Amino acid sequence: MIEFHSVTKRFPDGTLAVEDFSLVLPSRKTTVFVGSSGCGKTTLLRMINRMIDPSSGSIEIDGVDIASGSAVALRRSIGYVMQNSGLLPHRRVIDNIATVPLLKGVKKADAHTQAMELLDTVGLDRALAYRYPSQLSGGQQQRVGVARGLAVNPNILLMDEPFGAVDPIVRDDLQQELLRLQHDLDKTVVFVTHDIDEAFLLGDQVVILEKGAQIAQVGTPKEILANPASDFVASFIGADRGKRRLAVDSTVARSGDDVVLVDGAGYVAGVIEAPGGVLPGSGVGVGTNSRARSVSNKTDQAGDA
Amino acid sequence: MLWLWDNLDLVLRLTADHVRLSIIPIVVGFIVCIPFGWLANRYTVARTILLTLGGVLFSIPSLALFVTLPALLGTRILDEANVVVALSIYAIAVMVRGAADAFSSVSRDVISSSTAVGFSAVSRFWTVEFPLAGPVLLASLRVVSVSTVSLLSVGSLIGVQSLGYLFINGYQRDFPEEILIGIVFTVIVAVLFDTILVLVGRLLMPWTRATPRRRSVTSAAAPVTA
Repeated sequence: MIEFHSVTKRFPDGTLAVEDFSLVLPSRKTTVFVGSSGCGKTTLLRMINRMIDPSSGSIEIDGVDIASGSAVALRRSIGYVMQNSGLLPHRRVIDNIATVPLLKGVKKADAHTQAMELLDTVGLDRALAYRYPSQLSGGQQQRVGVARGLAVNPNILLMDEPFGAVDPIVRDDLQQELLRLQHDLDKTVVFVTHDIDEAFLLGDQVVILEKGAQIAQVGTPKEILANPASDFVASFIGADRGKRRLAVDSTVARSGDDVVLVDGAGYVAGVIEAPGGVLPGSGVGVGTNSRARSVSNKTDQAGDA
Repeated sequence: MLWLWDNLDLVLRLTADHVRLSIIPIVVGFIVCIPFGWLANRYTVARTILLTLGGVLFSIPSLALFVTLPALLGTRILDEANVVVALSIYAIAVMVRGAADAFSSVSRDVISSSTAVGFSAVSRFWTVEFPLAGPVLLASLRVVSVSTVSLLSVGSLIGVQSLGYLFINGYQRDFPEEILIGIVFTVIVAVLFDTILVLVGRLLMPWTRATPRRRSVTSAAAPVTA
């Protein structure tokens, strides 16, 4: 469990990045900080492993103030994955994954054996172990980044827009992979993104942030979608534009068993199965939340590209 | 060429002196510039001071420096130390800018992610920043190596033995062949040093030659189409 107690961060240039932020991040759940650029979400994340120290307030992990120990030891106990992987370009993949265990004094042979297993865990071929990061694709590099983050078997995994720089198809893949990993490994994941769909897909707890890391709303994706707390939230999640409210488009001639869904603005959002022209479930009740969401996710990501 | 065979002993002895005397400034320049380069990259003030100082030092004529140093160092006028110290100063002057650039060439992302995963400042310097600055450090070291080998010849004017002796002697005797042999052997030393540096660089920095996969695919495919 990670707790923020009235945390404020003012940078030397006077920017107030985080103002009086308090929140509990439950253990073994994924908490996603989502907001526009400059809202302070990355600052919040980087305060958890003391890359940035708060100006006031405190952060506790499982009841222990993180400022009480050494920053280096704290960082070695927390997995960290960033955009553009942050891998060491001069080390082979296997040594990159084994970086932190080696720093902690694990024997090289043991660290390498474990690194090989981690390649399996993140779905990479072991043959890639002796390549340099520059010889991998962007998606593969991110997987190695995740493997490195997992190498010390941390309880906490910090992910700073890890899938922000890969193309939508690879991102989709990596997101699914992370969901699978999280299902198997049960880490406390703190994830930062500016993509609301990514937040809803991955988050157990989603925290929507305004400037100065002010919490606009915190809750499960379902709670937020069903009851946006403010106009800001409604606009941020796209509810005000009717983007989330899908309807069957009756003007398009149906062929086969699928019918076309359109959003509030009339743009095509996707298709839904309707064998024999009848929607599954209660006729016109198009899309339970999850169904409608997964349909709209696809189009949003294609739009980002 | 006959002259060379008759004087092979002399030429080889001068070459050995040349190698011995130029290695020291190159090594000193490299070692001293690591902390200087790091400082210059870290602090703007240090950068301004060090780079300006480097420029000024390098603009001092070498002969002037050779003859002034004995007064400053308390050495005798004919000591090898004068030349070695002077060339070390030039090596540092040239190398300090390259070293500063080398450290600034290391990606901020990589440094920050290294900190984030738990490198201490010292281990991060030696295992991340220093090796990644390597390619640019090597590039300036190669310039330093060539310039030191060529500048050393001037030392012969104040009586320090090197291949420069052949230039002076050849000129005094109006004997171009001796000058030519001096030039050829100086070039051989310079090329030898450069080759060693490049090979050591390849050995120590194998990642710089890690070619992107698609290139190795095309080269593997080439024989099939040929």
